[in-house]
Amino acid sequence: MESSGPGDRQAERAAGFATRLLDFADELRSEGMAVGTSELLDAFEALRHVPWTPEEDFREALAATLAKSPEDRRVFELLFDRFFFRAVEEAALEQGRESEHFESGEGGNLDLDSLRHRIRAAIREGTDGELRDLARLAIAAFGREGEGSGVIGVDVQRIRRTLGLKGQSGDPQAQTDPDAVPRDRLREFERHLRRELERDQIERTEQLPPAKPLREFDRALPSNPLQDLAAVHRVVSQLRRRLATRGHEQRGRRRSQVVDMRRTLRASLETGGVPLRLRYRPKRPRRPELYVLCDVSTSVTSASVFFLSVLHALHDSFRKLRSFVFVERISEVTDVFEREQSFKEIAHAIATDKGVADVSGYTDYGRVWLEFYESVVDDLDPRSTVIVLGDARTNGREPHAEVFARISERAGRTFWMNPEPQLYWNYGDSVIRAYEPFCDGVFECWTTKQLEGFVNALTELRPTAVTP
Amino acid sequence: MVTELQSVDDVRARLAQAAYLAGESTALVSYLAAQLGKPVLVEGPAGVGKTELAKALSRATGRKLIRLQCYEGLDEAKALYEWNYRKQLLRIQTEATGSGWDDVRDDIFGEEFLLSRPLLNAIAETEPVVLLIDEIDKTDHEFEAMLLEVLSDFQISIPELGVVEARSHPLVLLTSNNSRELTEALKRRCLYLWLDYPDVERELEIVRMHAPDLAGAVARKLVEVIHEVRALDLKKPPSIAESIDWARALLLLGADDIDEAVLAKTMSVIVKHRTDLDVVAERVGVKLSSDGIFGAGRQAG
Repeated sequence: MESSGPGDRQAERAAGFATRLLDFADELRSEGMAVGTSELLDAFEALRHVPWTPEEDFREALAATLAKSPEDRRVFELLFDRFFFRAVEEAALEQGRESEHFESGEGGNLDLDSLRHRIRAAIREGTDGELRDLARLAIAAFGREGEGSGVIGVDVQRIRRTLGLKGQSGDPQAQTDPDAVPRDRLREFERHLRRELERDQIERTEQLPPAKPLREFDRALPSNPLQDLAAVHRVVSQLRRRLATRGHEQRGRRRSQVVDMRRTLRASLETGGVPLRLRYRPKRPRRPELYVLCDVSTSVTSASVFFLSVLHALHDSFRKLRSFVFVERISEVTDVFEREQSFKEIAHAIATDKGVADVSGYTDYGRVWLEFYESVVDDLDPRSTVIVLGDARTNGREPHAEVFARISERAGRTFWMNPEPQLYWNYGDSVIRAYEPFCDGVFECWTTKQLEGFVNALTELRPTAVTP
Repeated sequence: MVTELQSVDDVRARLAQAAYLAGESTALVSYLAAQLGKPVLVEGPAGVGKTELAKALSRATGRKLIRLQCYEGLDEAKALYEWNYRKQLLRIQTEATGSGWDDVRDDIFGEEFLLSRPLLNAIAETEPVVLLIDEIDKTDHEFEAMLLEVLSDFQISIPELGVVEARSHPLVLLTSNNSRELTEALKRRCLYLWLDYPDVERELEIVRMHAPDLAGAVARKLVEVIHEVRALDLKKPPSIAESIDWARALLLLGADDIDEAVLAKTMSVIVKHRTDLDVVAERVGVKLSSDGIFGAGRQAG
């Protein structure tokens, strides 16, 4: 497409909007959304009925027909902005238009303090349009020193720092800094900055940067501790609800049900002794006994916050659950979870007084298995499930896979959730390969989708259906 | 009197008349649903007005509302139709002597012996209706699969009778609390609408609409407190219905301001878990007493 001449371009434009929309659908698909032909037909149909010159209507009509879950909607929003922004820019490039610049005349005269002040005010309660204008002004005033760093993200942060903008801290009690602005509004402002810088860059270089796929990171579990804990909670509370209804949904009618003779006969009395309605024995959902071991060492710091919230959710849903945390040695934290309801308290308790016996701060999986085996060997039976949350990085110590094998032999099922992408497994001191043969499933677990796959496997009624 | 929807703005105006303040996307999707004749899948947290939307649409269009409440174990006998066995038995018994099986068989599988359930009702109605399938996520996969025929072709096949086709085109809304992932096949047949808690301004309008006598300043503060409460990590965040209830409760009590004491007294209207009550009292109550964030200068408004 990039190489096609101007004539082809025009022809393409004539084919027009339909192709654009198909391109858009292709991009959505490449991000993993299931956009079928029927959805596309719906989208075209919908656009026939709404006035689509206002962006809002256009966007909503497309979203209603193409994006069918909150996650899809998020991807949709990200892509929509990017795709149609690019489309507009491309058209502008071809027609040789340039947006009006705030020339340095104005930028130069502006005194920095008043600009800072105006931006701060606008971030607090300005409209979107105001924010955009101010973002342009800020870029004109001191955005590019020379040509900037060339990396837009870096430029955005530099401008933010020059303006002295700070987000409010997450803790509402600590409202000390009067200069701090609401965090989400600040993010909005940064978005405008980024977009304006991008626009500048396109105008300067007169070509579009290549379209990159959304970084997987944007959609992965918010594992970075700097990111919002709230996001983790949202994911987990969804998981909790799913766990709660799982098992129930299996209780409906199934092909292989057993007729309850007694209740069938009773029911037949209503119809004069003719057994018209069959009564079935209710299915008992599998209530697994869970043993969860959670690595909380520094190599998985980011993941362990998430894992702890998973544990928290599991505790709400499974009655027979014992949880353990470990670094170098293991300690049981079941009672902490049972006593405390709020996640914050739990995290605090585990971080401090209930703290893991931790001498060197390095994980020692071998030792953990030995201790775990010692303490629970008598309780393990074929109905129990052992789940390990960890990266299997032993820091060069003896992995003691044979002890792990014994544990997995005693337990009915053993699962491993590894917070590292599969690519990194078995590199460096990762010894996941040693443990893998003894697990019923080893799961890469760093996105919501992967977590869901795991939950499905966990609550599956037939243990044989579990595949990694 | 059934009226057609003219445009997006028309939908919004009518919904407003029916005491439902629709957001941009809500009005647009409702309009599309009517135009395209497609069902709408409405998802969102509990208490944002998913069910209410269906009711309001029925009021706004003058269509009758037929509601199918889903639950675990709901099957076609409860949702579609069922043969009236008892009546059939009686019929057979009265005819017992003489007549052959063929006569009886043709007889007892007629419409007379059919008990129609909500879905069949919705389709068989001569006037178009609004069909609400509430909490579809509570049912099992089998039931969902059974719905596909109804939702895409608006027809129901009854083996003994043949295919019953829709006499009118119902406006269908399915609601879900997202407690499980619905199948792709079902989603594919629906338009999707995600309802979230409204922002302060819109919720203020909603509260004002339902409790018009509440003083403006109190109403605003109430909505701000509600939003503050929702931002906490609660077991069950307060719904829109609960903010309206709270507004009415304050009205009854004649409260002219929301301070820590008033909140403590009436908190149980909006928060319904013991642990949640503690959290709210601790985090929001304190702020009210020190009058920190809740607009010092807003008393005039």
